[in-house]
Amino acid sequence: IADAVDITSGSKYFSLHLSQFGPYRLDYSRTGRHLLVGGKKGHVACIGWQTKDLMCEMNVMETVNDVKWLHTEAMFAVAQKRWLYIYDSKGVELHCVKKFNDVLRMQFLPYHFLLATASATGFLQYLDVSVGKEVAAICTKMGRLDVMAQNPHNAVIHLGHPNGTISLWSPNQKEPLVKMLCHRGAVRSLTVDKTGTYMVTSGLDRKLKVYDIRAFKPLHSCFLPAGASCLSLSQRGLLSAATGDIVQVFQNILGSSPVSKPYMAHHLRGQIWGLAYCPFEDVLGIGHGEGFTSMIVPGAGEPNFDALDTNPYRSYEQRQEWEVKALLEKVQPELIGLHPEQLSKVDQTSFEQRHKEQVEALGFDPLAKDKFKPKTKKKGRSSAGAIEKRKRKVAHEDQRDEIRQSVQERTEREKELKEKSNEKKLGNKSTLDRFRK
Amino acid sequence: MNSSRHLLPTSEPLKTQWFTFVSEGNAPPIYINVFMFTRIIRDPASPPEEVSSYFADVCLSCPQIQRGIAYEKTAAEVSCWRNIILQNQKAEQMVFPLNQESSGPKRVEQVVAGWKVQTPLEQEIFRLLHINSQPVADPVLTPVEEQSLKAMSLEEAKIRRAELQKARALQSYYEAKAKREKKIKSKKYHKVQKKAKCKDFLKQFDEMVKTNPEGALEELKKMELSRMEERMSLKHQNSGKWAKSKAIMAKYDDSARKAMQEQLQMNKDLTQKIVVPSDDEHESNEEGLETVPDFVNDSEPVIDSVNPWMRGQLTHEEPEVSCVTTEDVQTAEEENEEEELVGEFERKRKLRQVSDKEEEEEEEEDDDEEEEDVSEFNTLFRLMRSEKTLEGSNPTREGLNTPGQEDEDGLLNEGQVRVRNIEDLEVLGEVVDPQPIAEPSLPQTAAVEATSEPPNKKKREIDLKEVLTKEAKAVKVPFLPTVVDEEERDEQISIIKEAFAGDDVISDFIKDKSKREAAGRPEVVDLTLPGWGEWGGVGLKPPRWKRKRFRIKAAPPPPRQDQKLPDVIISENRNASVAAHQVSQLPFPFQNTAQFESSIRTPIGPTWNTQSVVKNMTKPKVITKMGAIIEPMVKEHFIKNKTTTPGGKGPAIMLGENKRAKEGAKRSSEKHRGRRSQKRRK
Repeated sequence: IADAVDITSGSKYFSLHLSQFGPYRLDYSRTGRHLLVGGKKGHVACIGWQTKDLMCEMNVMETVNDVKWLHTEAMFAVAQKRWLYIYDSKGVELHCVKKFNDVLRMQFLPYHFLLATASATGFLQYLDVSVGKEVAAICTKMGRLDVMAQNPHNAVIHLGHPNGTISLWSPNQKEPLVKMLCHRGAVRSLTVDKTGTYMVTSGLDRKLKVYDIRAFKPLHSCFLPAGASCLSLSQRGLLSAATGDIVQVFQNILGSSPVSKPYMAHHLRGQIWGLAYCPFEDVLGIGHGEGFTSMIVPGAGEPNFDALDTNPYRSYEQRQEWEVKALLEKVQPELIGLHPEQLSKVDQTSFEQRHKEQVEALGFDPLAKDKFKPKTKKKGRSSAGAIEKRKRKVAHEDQRDEIRQSVQERTEREKELKEKSNEKKLGNKSTLDRFRK
Repeated sequence: MNSSRHLLPTSEPLKTQWFTFVSEGNAPPIYINVFMFTRIIRDPASPPEEVSSYFADVCLSCPQIQRGIAYEKTAAEVSCWRNIILQNQKAEQMVFPLNQESSGPKRVEQVVAGWKVQTPLEQEIFRLLHINSQPVADPVLTPVEEQSLKAMSLEEAKIRRAELQKARALQSYYEAKAKREKKIKSKKYHKVQKKAKCKDFLKQFDEMVKTNPEGALEELKKMELSRMEERMSLKHQNSGKWAKSKAIMAKYDDSARKAMQEQLQMNKDLTQKIVVPSDDEHESNEEGLETVPDFVNDSEPVIDSVNPWMRGQLTHEEPEVSCVTTEDVQTAEEENEEEELVGEFERKRKLRQVSDKEEEEEEEEDDDEEEEDVSEFNTLFRLMRSEKTLEGSNPTREGLNTPGQEDEDGLLNEGQVRVRNIEDLEVLGEVVDPQPIAEPSLPQTAAVEATSEPPNKKKREIDLKEVLTKEAKAVKVPFLPTVVDEEERDEQISIIKEAFAGDDVISDFIKDKSKREAAGRPEVVDLTLPGWGEWGGVGLKPPRWKRKRFRIKAAPPPPRQDQKLPDVIISENRNASVAAHQVSQLPFPFQNTAQFESSIRTPIGPTWNTQSVVKNMTKPKVITKMGAIIEPMVKEHFIKNKTTTPGGKGPAIMLGENKRAKEGAKRSSEKHRGRRSQKRRK
């Protein structure tokens, strides 16, 4: 592909041969301009990948489990062997967060300024990077947590577990919001699409499943011969799955029909360790045993960006301004939940409670509907009997519709059943059957 | 209270608790009831017993009554604020101070009020004015003008408009009524009406004879004149076209004969009447009584008995004959009887309408024509329909109805179909595959198996397994991974199987889920206690009736969200952290939560709205003028309007009508008597 496209696009295909420091994890910044790669054996580098300028490169002399950009490209977090470290883009160590130990995977929630970490000891912790405070630490009691994804729609963290379940977490609840059984084997990888509608999982049972996480129902599943170790969804809904040393890209995986063959496939030299699409670019970054490869995937990136939110072409000052605004508009961690629209609703339980108290205090229901009071009519039409009749006309108005509907449904159903049975009785008789003896 | 006085409880045993103020000087002691500190007695002569008895009476009856009265008073006083408060609460924007002076241009006089004569020229002018006794500082406006200038307040204007509307409406009602009556074809109705009018006139005339004999005489003269005219004409002589035709018919038709007879009778009456006036000259008193039938005849000649329409004119003609003063009484009486009849007619009409609706298709145009008379609306409706029928191929109602009905039917059907589908799905879901998982890819055999199994909790387990082991489409991979070979695959499967042989993932999950479900269920409260002659202790089973009676079961919780999802556990915990940010009480104008939520959903930002809309929506609720003193609201501001409202104009009319109606009824009864007496005299 690189040969076929123009020079600028062609330059997006490149690979870095870094065979020395083992398999690489990677992360793109939210604007898609900067790339962070972290080798298993301690090599961390951040690169402005489009201009190919190296911002910093260092060896932390420790195992690196994961790397993640924070809200801007000025800071990134590295999950090292024991603790969590935060560096700036020059490679200067800013913090060493000793509360967060044995971190295996990290997710950054950009609107909440939260860094969620999953550790080998089964802890899910949230770090507020704007104030440097630990927001919540949840003991999941699910063992080693090395599969993690975030739902960009509601900032819920998805964790995959060795017993084939996937659990959804928010910092406000000590137990999982939802726990769903997805695979017979352990969950190997998981990713959620941009709109927060679909979740793609892969497990040790070598299946790839697509779930609708609004209804928690599986849409379809397919069998990958080698199973997928890494999954990534692009902004436009292309799925890339790493099976061993091959990257496969699937199209329309979120559609109604299951796919039968991949859209693209790419063979690499080492075992694939990290996989990420670059935002707003048709590029898939692959971190593997022999270094890093940037691969062109046509139609992967979103062509339209929201310049007020994530502007790939923003200047330094624009970035500063954005940072201030983002901090001002920071969403509190209490608002993380399965249904973000809940905030605009009335809290029914406390409302009812309050209402009950009010009714008790007042002695009457202020919100109650007025009872039907028939008009007084003349000429004997307002006799007791007539009034009763009129009252009966409007009685149980609310229930009537339901009853009517249910009765109608029932009759319909009966009718249909009857028709069916009739058909069965008749079978597929033809008109000529009557002449048969 | 003076410091020299001490509060002492009296020593005597009293009905009620008393405190005595004992002063050090000569001042008499003061007895105070505990319950009524307000009543004080300064009479030294009266002993405490008397006081106590007096107070016992008073304090038993008085405070409650007083309280009641005071409550009523204050309630009335306070409730007059309610409207204004509600109005202010509902107001979208309040501008304080409340009654500002109008910011418009002021009259010159007001501006110039503070002006003083300064220059010599001005002084001279004013001197001249003084000499000529011209008004120097003329009053700016007369009080009347001032009042008229002050525009009517909104309330007043509203009230006035309402009055006018009501008057107009009443007028239109009467007009409509008159029109309707004019068109009524019923003979009986008109007969009744005519009779009533006769009676009325009789009554009037009786009265007139007593009160205003001159007027009565004039009336009489009028009647005579009309009678003369009648006699000159050839009416009721059975010589007209109609009479001739009737005469031919009379041989065979009974009714025609009857009509002829009637006509002749009328003629007879006329001739008889001619005799009466001659008597009149002798006996003026009897005249009055006997002339009344004359009047009847007077009006009748105008009426062609064949044409029932003509009878309706009676009402219009009568005012000419009758006095102006008695008109009201007459009309009232008419109304009484009219109303009965009209009510009857209306009932009939309604019945007809109902039947129309039922038999829309069979309806014929003739029927409609009748309806036309009854109400204008119907005519319009009918016109439309007739047009449609002309246009459409179908002459019946169907032609009109079909498009709309079809549409409706279609919509309804659609809804039904949809419902049916969902239902089907549900039914199928219950019967065929209780797990809502990937129906299309589910193999048929699995579904069949599921149906064969009983719907049980166990089934879920099976289903779950099926779900997970269900065949997935294998994806063709262009090049196989170098690490895993074809031969290795089988090995891998076996390895995986080995690895997960011990822990059954699915059963674990099911156990977990059932545990959660059990935790969510409310516990049964056991209140059983061992009774007399029963053993107590651990491990004993209380009798069945006791278990039944003393074990209280709580209401089952609402169904779990994951009830129909076998492979999902959804936490039922309430998210208290969000609840802290949610609204828990409906703000003032909202009646229910749906209203509030929809209003909250509406964006007010400039991104989604036009500039003016944003401005309008983000208008401040309260505007205060800088530096102005905001006084608390005074009663006069809004009470003023209330005093100007003319109290109960509507009811006044009603009352008047009722009174008149009653009077009319009385009068009619008297008339009856009068008639009878007259007859007797005859």
